[in-house]
Amino acid sequence: MKLGAPVFAVALLLVPLIPSPYYVNVASQILIAAVFASSLNLLVGYAGLTSLGHAAYLGVAAYAVAWLTTLGGLGHLAAALVALAVTTATAACFGVLALRGTGLAFLMITLALGQILWGVAYRWVSLTGGDNGITGLTRPRPFGFDLTSPGAFYYFTLAIAAPTVAAIALYVSSPLGAAVQGMRDQPRRMSALGHNVWMVRWLTFVFAGTGAGVAGILFVYYNQFIGPQTLNLTNSAEVLLMVISGGAGTVLGPIIGAATVVILKNVVSAYITRWVMLLGAVFVLIVVFMPDGLGPGLHRLWHTRSRSAS
Amino acid sequence: MAHALEISELRKSFGGLPAINGVSLAVAEGERRLLLGPNGAGKTTLFNLITGELRPDGGAIRVFGRDVARGRPDRCAHLGVGRTYQIITLFPRSTLAQNVVLALLGVSPRRWDPLTALSAHPSLWERARAVLDRVGLAAGADKPVMETAYGEQRRLEIAMALAQAPRLLLLDEPFAGLSREERRDMQAVLGAIPREVTMLMIEHDMDVALSFAERITVLHYGQVIVEGTRGEIVANPRVREIYLGE
Repeated sequence: MKLGAPVFAVALLLVPLIPSPYYVNVASQILIAAVFASSLNLLVGYAGLTSLGHAAYLGVAAYAVAWLTTLGGLGHLAAALVALAVTTATAACFGVLALRGTGLAFLMITLALGQILWGVAYRWVSLTGGDNGITGLTRPRPFGFDLTSPGAFYYFTLAIAAPTVAAIALYVSSPLGAAVQGMRDQPRRMSALGHNVWMVRWLTFVFAGTGAGVAGILFVYYNQFIGPQTLNLTNSAEVLLMVISGGAGTVLGPIIGAATVVILKNVVSAYITRWVMLLGAVFVLIVVFMPDGLGPGLHRLWHTRSRSAS
Repeated sequence: MAHALEISELRKSFGGLPAINGVSLAVAEGERRLLLGPNGAGKTTLFNLITGELRPDGGAIRVFGRDVARGRPDRCAHLGVGRTYQIITLFPRSTLAQNVVLALLGVSPRRWDPLTALSAHPSLWERARAVLDRVGLAAGADKPVMETAYGEQRRLEIAMALAQAPRLLLLDEPFAGLSREERRDMQAVLGAIPREVTMLMIEHDMDVALSFAERITVLHYGQVIVEGTRGEIVANPRVREIYLGE
């Protein structure tokens, strides 16, 4: 098991050696989805707050970058920083509204807020281009590197995604992260112990939004296009599925979930037209046989195997 | 003498039913006070009002001279109020040490730190172990709570409260459900708490409770029936009527 992490890191670095650019692009998509799912996992897995509006923050960041670099005439670095700030501010405001409730109320408010943004993207044509979205973006050229090739873009994505996921992992292992997990299980007790439950949850909500913003920036660089369908409820539901199927409340779970969904979506859809049905069937199987997700489920399987083998 | 806790004319109703109906009481600093009363007398409600988990409908609560009637539970903890729960409220999947660390963090500015791993704070874990040692749980510090016995969980409740070095400790039936040996352990733990800590305890076990407290307040239907020393309470005809059904 000790070898697992270095082997995984080397494998990540070797991905662009795959001769087919198609699979390298799929790998980039997995990385972006992994950041997106990991950020949602902060809420779903660690804070115990199930959100159905997480696409909002990915969408806001993506729209902000698209608008700022094309119509706004800003440079890529400045645009990315402004986009992150706008996304964080959006999450800060939405968090105040959504955290009026927990459980089902929280879920419904995040859903509603997400739908509002979708409506805005769809209807405010002068800002968002409406149904046509915003096109004509270029990828950035960090330090003069050209990111048009799938391999180069993959490395760029990895260089952003890895530290973002690491920051999320650090957050959940920190004192603040321990507090947010305590509040998931015993909010009253945590409050009586001196923890400010609302504030800790809100900070986690804002950080989750910022994390989704990072994914959104990568997403819009990858596609070089943004349209209102990105803000669709389907997208929020899909990322929630990634978290739950992979294993909510674990660091690796959302990454496994992201890989599963992206591979099913891209690779399987090339062979089977009714791939959404297959996706559904896979999730039913996961929920039935590994209710706490693929990550913890496979881990358990591995351990019972190795124990019975020895 | 300064008061650790002053309550005056406190009222709280649930759906028109008064749970606390004009309670006034004052507990001096360093005092050990027992709160007696039959089920439904409003004892736990009174605790929840003091710590800010419930909002009173009227009246005042002062903790070390500070008005807390409109306060929040976390602020109350920072004023030095610790409490234990009648129904055990722990983090079952975490270890004993992790439970105590959450309590230590609650009154430490470090609780806002998102940038360092909790495991990288050895001083916190050492302090957690020291507190567990005080209640005789140091040996099982790394066991998950759900694998420990009920009596140990009761002592962990006390450990989490003690970890915060409270000046006012509210104990809600700390002896509930304990065996004879466990009661003795618990008595030793409570007896070792420093004199300057003010304690307010709800307890039904008369023997341990009466040996613990200097003064006793008897609640009945949300009202203070009588307050006095042990002898006065035992001799009081109203108390005998309520408590012993005589």
